[in-house]
Amino acid sequence: MPLVELRNVSKIYHLGEEEIRALDDVSLDIEPGEFISIIGPSGSGKSTLMHILGCLDSPSKGTIRLDGMMIQDASSRELASIRNRKIGFVFQFFNLLPKLTVLQNVELPMIYSGVSGRERTRRAMQALESVDMANRARHRPSQLSGGQQQRAAIARALVNDPKIVFADEPTGNLDSHTGETILQLFRSLSQQGRTIVLVTHDPEIAAVTPRRIEIRDGKIATRVDTTLAGLDRLRGPESGMVQSS
Amino acid sequence: MSISGNQREVLRHSSAQLPVTIFAGMREIWAHKFRSLLTMLGIILGVSSLVSMSALVSGMEKGAREALIAIGGLEKVRVEPQALPPEQRHLADQAPGITMNDVLALESSAPLVTALSPEMRLSATLSANGKRYRPWICTGVWPVALDMYEHVIAHGRMFNEIDDEMARNVCVIGTATRDELWGSPEKAGREIIPIGETVFINDTPFTIIGMFQHYESEQERKIREYEKQQGALNQKAPEGGVTRDRGRGGRGRSRGGFVFALKNATVYLPMNTVWMKFRSGAAFTGAGGSSPFGGSGSGGSVGDPRLSGLEIRLASFDQLAESLQQARNVLMNTHKGIEDFSFRTQEDWAEQINMFVRNARLSGGLIAGISLLVGGIGIMNIMLASISERVREIGIRKSVGASTGDIFVQILVESLVIAVLGGLAGLVASFGLVNLLGSMSPTENAPVVTVGAMIVAFSFSVLVGIMAGIFPAIKAARLNPIQALRYE
Repeated sequence: MPLVELRNVSKIYHLGEEEIRALDDVSLDIEPGEFISIIGPSGSGKSTLMHILGCLDSPSKGTIRLDGMMIQDASSRELASIRNRKIGFVFQFFNLLPKLTVLQNVELPMIYSGVSGRERTRRAMQALESVDMANRARHRPSQLSGGQQQRAAIARALVNDPKIVFADEPTGNLDSHTGETILQLFRSLSQQGRTIVLVTHDPEIAAVTPRRIEIRDGKIATRVDTTLAGLDRLRGPESGMVQSS
Repeated sequence: MSISGNQREVLRHSSAQLPVTIFAGMREIWAHKFRSLLTMLGIILGVSSLVSMSALVSGMEKGAREALIAIGGLEKVRVEPQALPPEQRHLADQAPGITMNDVLALESSAPLVTALSPEMRLSATLSANGKRYRPWICTGVWPVALDMYEHVIAHGRMFNEIDDEMARNVCVIGTATRDELWGSPEKAGREIIPIGETVFINDTPFTIIGMFQHYESEQERKIREYEKQQGALNQKAPEGGVTRDRGRGGRGRSRGGFVFALKNATVYLPMNTVWMKFRSGAAFTGAGGSSPFGGSGSGGSVGDPRLSGLEIRLASFDQLAESLQQARNVLMNTHKGIEDFSFRTQEDWAEQINMFVRNARLSGGLIAGISLLVGGIGIMNIMLASISERVREIGIRKSVGASTGDIFVQILVESLVIAVLGGLAGLVASFGLVNLLGSMSPTENAPVVTVGAMIVAFSFSVLVGIMAGIFPAIKAARLNPIQALRYE
């Protein structure tokens, strides 16, 4: 059974008389353990797709099944809970809270899932270790480099052991070398069996994922675009997809 | 498919742990120290003004009740001469007034009246030691007046029934008479006890056989002791600086202080002495200006001594109405149905005190409440500013799983923390404010900070914090996470 199952999903905005279809009848499956990228130019609807997949938004039409649950009609409270337990986000601008330490930032999702203080710290440190950031736990985000901040953000996304991680232009605010290491980190996470969705406008970044979905004008244009440059250069081993269930 | 289409697991979402949320609120406040302090100041001022207002009123109430006890409590009723009702006006020349006859009748026929103290007021000038003094009260009384007015003899003795029977020229004075004629202890630097001295009352020589203690409210006593202490410290105090007179300056301000001054300025003579020696001069008509009480009409037989007033004590305050009815029946009989008397109870005064306290509480509470409300508006204002600064933070929190309720609680707790801290600081500040007010206006009633007032003020500040937080919290909780995350 797919982890995510989108069926005929549309997102329609009304701007006065005009009807804007940000997503138009999109159907999509994501299998557990898949490493997938959603690409498309800005305004194509890829962000809308990610928001709906990430339970930040609800579709106007269609159905979504996430981890066996139909969520298209879920209340905002239920969506918050799903985001908390099943979804991790990594953003272009890291989105760490500047007033909190790295450790406290990583603990944040667990505060909302009611994990007790000691357990929270333990798991947060574990997550930071997995991204090689344990030695920066007491630092403030402002004391870290961009790459370090992004790794802290990845630790935060992973700390509640989510079913799926969404990364929205995760390298967009980093220099190319740092971006490369972050992409490597995602690859190794994928090899560990994480389901990761990379949202980007950059085909070169999308090339690291075995599967790419291109969004154009709110529709899925091509399932797999083999014409993209450097397709096989960074392609990870397919075995990572299989081992998780 | 193992799960049917519409089946939806209702996920139980545990709300944010409260300690963490409170801690986060504290941190948020600490991050904006100055801003938070200014915001809190509104609550601090509101709470402290509420507490100190209540303390001032409580102080006044305490003073008034003290005075009420000093004049003999609620069981004491005064029988006073009164103008005839309109339908009896034509009988005015037959109105007997309050006489010894009434006293005897009440004594024998009104069991609910436990004590009687007839009074024969004298408009008197005292002279001794080359000085003259007009006491506020110079009255011929029975020895029972001592108990009736809660007088305490500090030196010498009260005249007794034999002195009264023999119409001896003896008198008992209050400290004010001593102060005026022989000098106050503060000025002289030693206690002066003029027992055995002769004083001329309306040019008739009287022997002073007793002196009351000095009456004062607790506050006056404290001031006097403090000044005495100060005086002892700097031995050569500027002349006449330390006296009770300073306290007396404030006595006229409230009825409480007036009672003590009145008691000090009292001279008691045996009833019979006044009747025998001053029959013509006794102030039946209220002559003598200084008398605060009215007199009865003129006339009446010489054989039946006419009184200026009669103080009676009832068995119990609970039976006030019954006792008064009984006394009234007796008096209506002796007065042949002419209603030329009335009863004045302390109930009126007690009621007056209550009314005053209620009004003062209400108006003061209203003003302090408004200032607390303004403080609350300040909190709301700052919370609104705070959430518009933190839109992105709210977006981030929502993206990692904070529910609408979590954000609502977070903002509400922040506002509550400001209010609670402000409330606690306000309680501390109220003590300072009370002291400041006490020293700025030294009335005879020290403000009394009550626990009740502190609880009320604090809970009101908490309430204000909640009220002020609700709107910003709703606003923050309703933010769309997607837009909040994009917010710059």
